[in-house]
Amino acid sequence: MSKTLVLVEHDNASVKDATLAVVTAAAMIGEVTALVAGSACDAAAAAAAQIEGVAHVLKADDAAYAHALAENVAPLVAGLMADYDAFVVPATTTGKNIAPRVAALLDVMQVSDILSVEGPKTFTRPIYAGNAIATVESSDAKMVITVRGTAFAKANAAGGSASIEAVGVHADSGLSTFVGSEIAKSERPELTSAKIIVSGGRALKDAETFASVITPLADKLGAGIGASRAAVDAGYVPNDYQVGQTGKIVAPQVYIAVGISGAIQHLAGMKDSKTIIAINKDEDAPIFQVADIGLVGDLFTVVPELTGSL
Amino acid sequence: MKALVCVKRVIDYNVKPRVKADGTGVDLANVKMSMNPFDEIAVEEAIRLKEKGVVTEIVAVSVGPQKAQETLRTALAMGADRAILVMTDDTVEPLAVAKIIAAIAGEEAPGLIITGKQAIDDDSNQVGQMVAALLGRPQGTFANEVTVEGDSIVVKRDIDGGLETVKLALPAIVTVDLRINEPRYASLPNIMKAKSKPLANKTPADYGVDTAPRLKTLKVSEPPVRSAGIKVPDVATLVAKLKEMGVVA
Repeated sequence: MSKTLVLVEHDNASVKDATLAVVTAAAMIGEVTALVAGSACDAAAAAAAQIEGVAHVLKADDAAYAHALAENVAPLVAGLMADYDAFVVPATTTGKNIAPRVAALLDVMQVSDILSVEGPKTFTRPIYAGNAIATVESSDAKMVITVRGTAFAKANAAGGSASIEAVGVHADSGLSTFVGSEIAKSERPELTSAKIIVSGGRALKDAETFASVITPLADKLGAGIGASRAAVDAGYVPNDYQVGQTGKIVAPQVYIAVGISGAIQHLAGMKDSKTIIAINKDEDAPIFQVADIGLVGDLFTVVPELTGSL
Repeated sequence: MKALVCVKRVIDYNVKPRVKADGTGVDLANVKMSMNPFDEIAVEEAIRLKEKGVVTEIVAVSVGPQKAQETLRTALAMGADRAILVMTDDTVEPLAVAKIIAAIAGEEAPGLIITGKQAIDDDSNQVGQMVAALLGRPQGTFANEVTVEGDSIVVKRDIDGGLETVKLALPAIVTVDLRINEPRYASLPNIMKAKSKPLANKTPADYGVDTAPRLKTLKVSEPPVRSAGIKVPDVATLVAKLKEMGVVA
């Protein structure tokens, strides 16, 4: 049976949700060993050991791994891969940063952003912003794979009881240092795990209008807030709100697109949502071609009215 | 410090790709091609660093068909100083591209290698990270802001949930995200001038790189189609529908 090594995404204390879908995908390839590389990461390793489907946990605990710097994590993984057939990571900014570095160290062509596992070495993945789906087969002896989280069910975070083994650590590469981070603190659900998302487009005019129209509706629904690339480019909201080919891929129960025309790059990021609701004044906007429920109207009257009647 | 900028010729951002009927790929015949938008941003960032006096020379590199020359001319018209085309009609995967770029870096010894975070055709998001690994140098991926400070570069990165700042020892590899800048348009005089800027023609063999693909594409298909639903006339009907679906109480 194949053996897979899954990179656990964590904050040293708990395991991030993105890891759970990756465990599901990796289990379709082979036995799952979860790697927790961090600093003072006992709690994260313990949490990883509870994930259903994880057979073993490897813990690499060193200051060098505190911020998941690719320069430090990649050599660690490349060394461990002597014992595994596939390295499987979430297609998050952390995973996308580390995986190709590991792949190059192993001289392996990475399979990015898989949507399904079709065989021992065969996967589907989106290309051209999801306008085409490629089925690819790896010919490399070892595989490096990033997984699209919305395409796989989440493994149960409890119920497992894997053993935890500490592994040897490598010295800090000395190539890079972590300076700091600005993580938006929000009571709002994260986009990739939100059940409902309200997204705004360029039609929202400016940052103030975006906030005054979109935020109250999202508050009423307990929804996450997203945006089209146009709205991000125009500076209405920060980049991490961006839904689309080059932003986040989301698949909530309900996606409400407000003033979003529906460029293919945006549709690539949300068309797997269970129900899509579109509000746009242009009745020919492409968003209506994928929307389950469409409302043609001026968002500046429609959205406040909607917010008011919920 | 010399900067190497890697650019790719891809289907134009505004063109909707069509899957070939025989399922072998996407139809690129008679389709408008342009520079990968992220690479355009990379070229712009290199030019801005040159304008600040940090970068002294910009070398644009592309791996692709003869026509990728046009993409390199665009980079030259924007402000790159010279270009290298590594010509091949084969599909070259990110790993092989990274090996070629690493070999060119070996010859050119750039202080900085800048490229887009991903190409909008294969959406792999791999080359920059792979080049960094092959050269044993640090990587600043998804850059939102870069500042060169002596022999390091400080890179503010767009990450899930916010921003992260890392400091990298030069030489380093940077892959750029959308918000770092807005690329300029090349002016007509600069487009004319670009025609006489040096462009070297090479092949993967010149760098001893085997470009045989490691991934076999078994088929390319259309994504599942989502059909349009209903249109509601007013907010009241929409609310009723939302209640029916159990979205709101």
